[in-house]
Parts: sequence; C-alpha cells; structure tokens
Amino acid sequence: MKLRNVFFASSALVALASGASALDLEFYFPVAVGGAAADTIQSLTEEYMSLNEGVNIEAIYTGSYADTTTKAITAVRGGNAPQLIISLSTDMFTFIDEDMIVAWDDFVTEDEQKDWIGGFYSAFMANSQTEGKTWGIPFQRSTPVLYWNKEAFAAAGLNPDQGPANWAEMVEMGKALTVKDDAGNVTQWGVHIPSSGFPSWLWTGVVAGNAGKLADQSGTKVSFNSDEAVGALEALVALSTTDEVMAPGILDWGGTPKAFFDGQAAMIWTTTGNLTNVRTNAPFDFGVGFLPGLTQNGAPTGGGNFYLIKGSDQAELQGAADFVKWVTAPEQAAKWTIATGYVAPRPDVWETETMKAYTADFPQALVARDQLEFAVPELSTFEGPKVTQTLNSALESAITGQASPRDALDGAQAAAEAILKPYF
Amino acid sequence: MVKREWIYAWALLLPAFVFLITFTHLPAVQTLINSLYTTPKGRRAAMFTGLGNYQQMLSDPVFLKAMVNSGIYALVTILASILLALAMALLVHRSFRGVGLMRMSFFTPTVLPLIAVANIWLFFYAPGFGLIDQIRVFFGLASANYAGQPDTALYAVAAVTIWKEAGFFMIFFLAALQTVPETLREAAAIEGCSRWTFFRRVTLPLIMPTTLFVSVNAVINAFRLVDHVFVMTKGGPDNASMLLLYYIFETGFRYWDTAYAGALTMVLIAILAAVGIGQFFLADKRVHYR
Amino acid sequence: MMQDTALDRILMRSGGALLALLWFVPLAYAIWAAFHPAAFEARFDLTAPLTLGNFSAAWQQAPFARYFLNTFLLVAMILAAQLVLCTLAAFAFARLSFPGKSILFALILLQLLVMPDILLVENYKTMRALGLVDSILAIGLPYFASGFAIFLLRQTFMTIPKELDEAARIEGCSLLGVLWRVYVPLGKPAMLAFGLVSVSHHWNNFLWPLIITNSVETRPLTVGLSIFATTDSGTSWAVINAATLMTAAPLLLGFLLFQRQFVQSFMRAGIK
Repeated sequence: MKLRNVFFASSALVALASGASALDLEFYFPVAVGGAAADTIQSLTEEYMSLNEGVNIEAIYTGSYADTTTKAITAVRGGNAPQLIISLSTDMFTFIDEDMIVAWDDFVTEDEQKDWIGGFYSAFMANSQTEGKTWGIPFQRSTPVLYWNKEAFAAAGLNPDQGPANWAEMVEMGKALTVKDDAGNVTQWGVHIPSSGFPSWLWTGVVAGNAGKLADQSGTKVSFNSDEAVGALEALVALSTTDEVMAPGILDWGGTPKAFFDGQAAMIWTTTGNLTNVRTNAPFDFGVGFLPGLTQNGAPTGGGNFYLIKGSDQAELQGAADFVKWVTAPEQAAKWTIATGYVAPRPDVWETETMKAYTADFPQALVARDQLEFAVPELSTFEGPKVTQTLNSALESAITGQASPRDALDGAQAAAEAILKPYF
Repeated sequence: MVKREWIYAWALLLPAFVFLITFTHLPAVQTLINSLYTTPKGRRAAMFTGLGNYQQMLSDPVFLKAMVNSGIYALVTILASILLALAMALLVHRSFRGVGLMRMSFFTPTVLPLIAVANIWLFFYAPGFGLIDQIRVFFGLASANYAGQPDTALYAVAAVTIWKEAGFFMIFFLAALQTVPETLREAAAIEGCSRWTFFRRVTLPLIMPTTLFVSVNAVINAFRLVDHVFVMTKGGPDNASMLLLYYIFETGFRYWDTAYAGALTMVLIAILAAVGIGQFFLADKRVHYR
Repeated sequence: MMQDTALDRILMRSGGALLALLWFVPLAYAIWAAFHPAAFEARFDLTAPLTLGNFSAAWQQAPFARYFLNTFLLVAMILAAQLVLCTLAAFAFARLSFPGKSILFALILLQLLVMPDILLVENYKTMRALGLVDSILAIGLPYFASGFAIFLLRQTFMTIPKELDEAARIEGCSLLGVLWRVYVPLGKPAMLAFGLVSVSHHWNNFLWPLIITNSVETRPLTVGLSIFATTDSGTSWAVINAATLMTAAPLLLGFLLFQRQFVQSFMRAGIK
C-alpha cells in the first residue's frame, strides 16, 4: 500500500517535471448554455497558447455554476487551487469570506485600471467590486428580457411588432392572449414568468421596475420588505390570481422556452442566454423587448465573472490575469457573445466589425445591450446562497398562495438580518 | 493467548479495513469533530461551540420541515415500493409469453441514471405541455402543476423514487419466490385452499427474511436517494419537498456551513443507525435460527 | 396448479401488463424524444419524422468514446477490488471466531449508513496527499471496501454447510484453499448479483467523479452527460434523452441479454 503511494506520488512528480513549461495554469469553467460554449472556451484557450509560447493553460470544464463553486472550494480546501475560475458574479462575497480570491488591482497597470477595468458596463461592475477593490471580471454575463410570439399577437388582434412597454400593458395584452377551450380550460397563457429554483432573479427585475432596490454594495444590508418590493411581489402574484394571465403555481425554468415554442405561453421572461435557442427552435416569428416595468424600466444582471484564486505564486496569477485581459478584448469577446448569446460586457465589443455584422442580421441581440442602462446588480450578499434561498422560499410561498406577499417578505427580511448579523 | 485463527481472521480483514478506515471512518470522525466547532471561514477561524450546532437545529424551521418531510417520504416510498415490488414479483415469477419484456420493463429504472430520468419526469409533470397534463386535457380536466404546488411536490418526488426502486426490490422477491417448493403448491391445490390463503400462510412466511432485507435497503434509500430533487424541485416550493439529505447538501455545498452540515449528518446517521441496525439484527436472528 | 379460472388469469395478466406499460413510459418517452426532432418533444404525432441528429449532436459535444472507456475501466476496477477485499472479509466474519468480531462488524454496517458524498472534502484532501487527484484510481478508491458486499457475501457464506469445508480441510486444504475451492464457487451467484448492483451504481455516480477529475482522460460518462443538462438556455430534451440513452445503453443491453442469469443468481445468492 505504502510503496504504491510512493510510486504514484513519484510518477506524478515525473509527469509534472517532464511536462513543465514556463507557466502552467489551471482554469475551471462552468457551462450553462449547452455544449457549444465549452468548445468555444477550449478554442479560445488554444488560440492564446499558440500566440504565447511557454504558457500552458488547462481549461477544465466543471459542470454547472454550482458544481464549479463546489469543485473550486473543495480544491482550495484540499490545497490544490487552480489559478483562475469562472463562477457566478454573486459568489463574490462567499469567495471573499472564504478568503480564496485575490483582487485584480495588483495585476493591472494604472492605464489598464482605467481603460480595461473601467471599460466594462457599470451595470456589470456593480457586483464585481466591493471594499474599493475589483474582485471579478465580467465575462459570461446575461440579463433577462421578454420574448413575444408575433403570430399569437396577430391572432389576438394585437400589433405583432409591438411588445408591452410596461407592466399594465403586459397584463392588458396578456388578457387578450389568454385563450380558453370550450370546457373553460386555458390552452394558451398570456405570460409565463418562471419561478422554479431561483425566482429571486427575475423578481429583482420586477422590483427594479418598481424603483426598488434589494441590497447595497457592502453585501451586509438587504431590504426585502420595502413598499416597492412588496408592491412588486403583489403584482407578480396577481398575474395568476386576479389578472388570470399566467398559470398558477411554480413554473419550471428549464421548460420555459418549450412552453413558448409549443404555444402554451405567448410571452415569456427568460435570459438572453436563450436567444440562440429561441432563434433556432421557435416555429414562428418572435420579438424581444425590455422587461416591462411597473413604474420604470429595470432588470437584473446575471451570469459569471472571472476570479483569481489565492494559493499560487505571483507570476502564475499574473499569467492568468494576462490571459483574461486577452480573452475579454473586443475580438475575442465578440466571438464568445456570438457563439453563446451572452451579453458582450464592454461597449467596445459592440463596435467590432464582427458584432456589427451579427447584430445587423439579428437585431434582437441589441435589446439586452440597450437594457443595460437600466440594469441593477443581481442580489449578492455575504452568506449569499443562504440569504438568497431565504428570499426564494418566501417568494415561492407567496406565489403558491401560502402567505401574503407582505408576510412572506417580512419573514424573509427578518431571517436575512439574522443571517447577516455577524457581518455588520 | 493469541490463537492462530485470530491471526488469520485479522489478516483477512486487514485489507478491507485499511480502505474502510481511510475513506469512511476517519473522515466521518473528522465530520463529527467539526460539528462541535463553528464553520471556519477564511477570515474567521473555527471556534469550539460544543453542542451549539445541535441546538441551532431546534430553532431552524427548514430543518424541522425537512424532518417531517423525510418521515412522510420514507413512509410512502418504503410501503409503496415494497408492496409494488412484491406484486411485480408475483406477476412475473412464472413464465408465460411476454414475461421477459415485463421483467425488463420493471427493471429498467434501476439502470437509468437518476439525474437523467429526473428530467424526463419533470417533463411528465410540466403544466400545459407535460405528458400528464396532455392526458388530463384529453379527458377535459383542468391543468395541474404537480412539481410546482406545495401540496403535491413531495409526492411528485416520491413517485419517482418508487418507480426507480420497485423493480430493484422485485429482483430480490423474485429470487425468494423461486424457493417456495412446488410440492407445497401442489399440496395446497389438492386441499383446495385459495390463492390468497396460500400466499398468506405459505409464501409470506417463507419470504419474510427477504422482506426484512429489502426493507433495510428501502429505509436507507428513503434517506439517500435525493439526486432527482436537485433537478426537479430543489427542495421547493417553499421547502415543501425539502428532504434531510438534500438539506445537508445545501448547507454543506451551497452555504458552505460545513460544521452545521456535519451536525445534520450526525442526526441522519443516528436515525439510520437506530432504524437500520435494529432491522439488521432482527434479520440476522431469523437467518441464524432458521 | 391452483384453481385459477381463465378469468383470473386474464385479469392478472392484463393488470400486470398495465403496470409494466406504466413502468415503461419514461424509457419509451426517452426513446421517442431521442429519435425525433426537437419540435416533437412534446407532440406525439405518429407521422413525425425520425432522426439520428440528436445522437450525433450529443456525440459531437463531448468525447463520448473516451468517456465510455474511462467508465468501463472504472467500474471494472472497482468491481474487481470489491470482490477480492470483500470476499476475504466476509469469509472471516462468516466462518472464523475472533475477538472484536461484533465491533468490527458494526463498523462495516456503519459504512452502509454514512453518505460518501458528505465526506467529499476530507476524501479530496486524502487523494491530494496521495498525489492521486485527477486519476481513475482516485474515483474508485473510496468504494473498494463495500459494506454492502461484505454483508451480502457473509450472509451467503453462512448458508454453506460446514461439512463441506471440513471435508476440504481433511483433504489438506489450507484456509485460503478452502475459501477458493469451496466458498468462492458457491458464492458466485451472490457475487454476480452484487456485481450488477455495483456496476449500475458506479456507472451512474456523479458528484465525486466530477470533483476529483480534471481531464477528459479520467472523466466518466455521467460527468460528460451533465454538459447537456444546462440551466441558462432551457432544456433540450431531445439531446439530453439521446445522450441518456447512449450512456445507459450498455447496461440496458447487458440486462436484456443476461436477465435470466441475473435473476437466477439472485435466486441462489442466499438472500432469501
């Protein structure tokens, strides 16, 4: 047994020594939008290696976002950290709390601080920076939008080229679009806002559209039960109770595009990450618009950031940082956006010829960019998953009619404050 | 005095125990120790808290909900899967045309990965375009959202477990049924006793040890099979389908509160040990004195 | 036979057929979705065109051939180790008396109850110390000693008449000789039964392999399969189902071909 360990340990050492180049880096990445994204990451990594002699980056596909976080934290605790990972932007506080990431500020020059870090949309930087430092670099970022079925609009006597401009219009149109059969059962719902798993994400958009804000940038304060938030939840619940334009109960996230394609719902709320999917699979013309707001425009951002992981020497981390600078540069970022449907995180990406050609052919892709002006950060706090889960449970209990919106949110606020107490 | 037999026995056990201790017992003891401390964070070291994590459970509504749910889930899945498994075994233990297909159909759920079949079941339950809803609409019933309503979510998840397990347990019963001597059956036929009487008086006592073995497995699985919860409900809506192991998972690998997760694990092990080991020794006695 | 009327038989058989049909629906659906274009995922139209496109899409998105090989090596290695280690241990528990027997047996039973997934972080540290991160061996090591196998084999060995091994000893067999000549042959059905359980479990295991592997050369099928179950872009059931069928096919075929042997081995496995 023991001898064998020595054997394996030494053969691992030999492998390391023989394969050693100037810089060996490991990079964990999740895939949340289908297999093509993994190939794009691999080919970008290979391109970078061919341009930079002596740098060897091993891009390791690590499952979903949650799996990636699990794997990264396990590796860090096991003393085998990668240099670079992509994970949820909302994990920033968790990673800071684990003391497992380093800020980017030490790896950029003053010019880069201004031109590179300063060049990202501020909506995306909102949950990439705290304590005066930059911890995350936006990469696979998204935001939810509204998709509508033009055929269904025409059939209901609505203008197929005009989506709802605000919440009231969405309800109005939803009523016209809700179709019942002779027995009184609904065959087509007006609108479908998924609520399984993480209802807080889309609901953040409803709150932003009602001029509300759920958390501050310190990650220690939340306001779940403000009047704006309660109003936003009441409006959401009303869709299936008083307005009767949405199916009751928790609606599955993954099944949302399917419900749209099959004509079960005439309007859906879902991520821009679905653009390519909808474009390929919808058997009808569709429109894309901003999330309709109660009093103003508003939408959350979502998706993943690059993080630098503690535990490697300065040169390795610098190497990882240089790779990120290259891969977020306009040409590379444009390739990534087109392959996946994620929102390009910098204005200069949209100026490239590649992106211009793409958006000329597919103008729906521009909606997400234009909506960024009204975007708010996704809910992110210390003990983030726990606080968010508290909110999700409260939202679910209100959506399924177990509690009134105000009671549910009062409860979530109290629970969240208790969780965040040690961080004040 | 050390006997030669002892040395042999220990030598035979040594290899297995090296692995067991390295990869199960030591880590488990470490988990137990961790459960007496607070979770270390990068910025705050672990502090000894004694039974603090265990006290926290008593005022944790999600934990209490998970306990109740796990109880219901265990009761439903154990009873249903064992009864169905027995029924299936009785159906297919004699040969007739198509019996192979029937066995195959009962058994396939066992070899399909639970994560993948969970997606299929999610489609069955989906409101509107889901299979069950399509059937409901065909019969003029209103649409239903089984996985998305608090009063049905737990049972929607339990149904998948039953479907997955019954065929596996069937195999054990099938094996047991083949041991019922044909002569007894013939004798019973001559005496003119009914099928039900024969089953109750002869078959059931003969397969009792198998039933115990199967129920041990069913109990353990009732607490261990949660893969599909990840895909189907994530414990929701509002914790309606929250099960103890899923909660442990969420606490340990989503909230990274490893100490509290460790304490929850100890509770789970205690429950399983109480139920499981009790049954083991009961089953063991039967085998001994047969 | 017993006084079955024809009606009885028809009722039972048709009830059984109905149950079997019900049990088959999920697999049937997987087959339906895998062989039709995505547009027919939820529309059951008998005239829908057939396609193999979902399979080729799945095949292209991940190096499945390599994953098949890894998975095959993994389950074979685990099963071989389990059979050797657990046969030795089960034999000791079934036939020898020694101090500490019940405590050691209780420790074995404990392993049935501890969830290996909970021990991820600790086990990862061990693998790191052994220098085994990202190897097929590391995926398998924690499962080499199986409490379930030891328990099952012990039960089987206990049903073997003592006279047999006394006879073997008189002929001059050593202890290991007795194990090899008498117990292993008679325990074969139980081993086969356990083998089925072990193979199907490790074929489908997901979380630990994901954590401990980093490269295509070591990853098993399930980790490759997870690439399709994406969250952001909605679920493509057609491709997921094609990938699922592909990964489960060897097990399904295996059972189809050997189902009689499996059932008979369970029958003779001493789990009565």
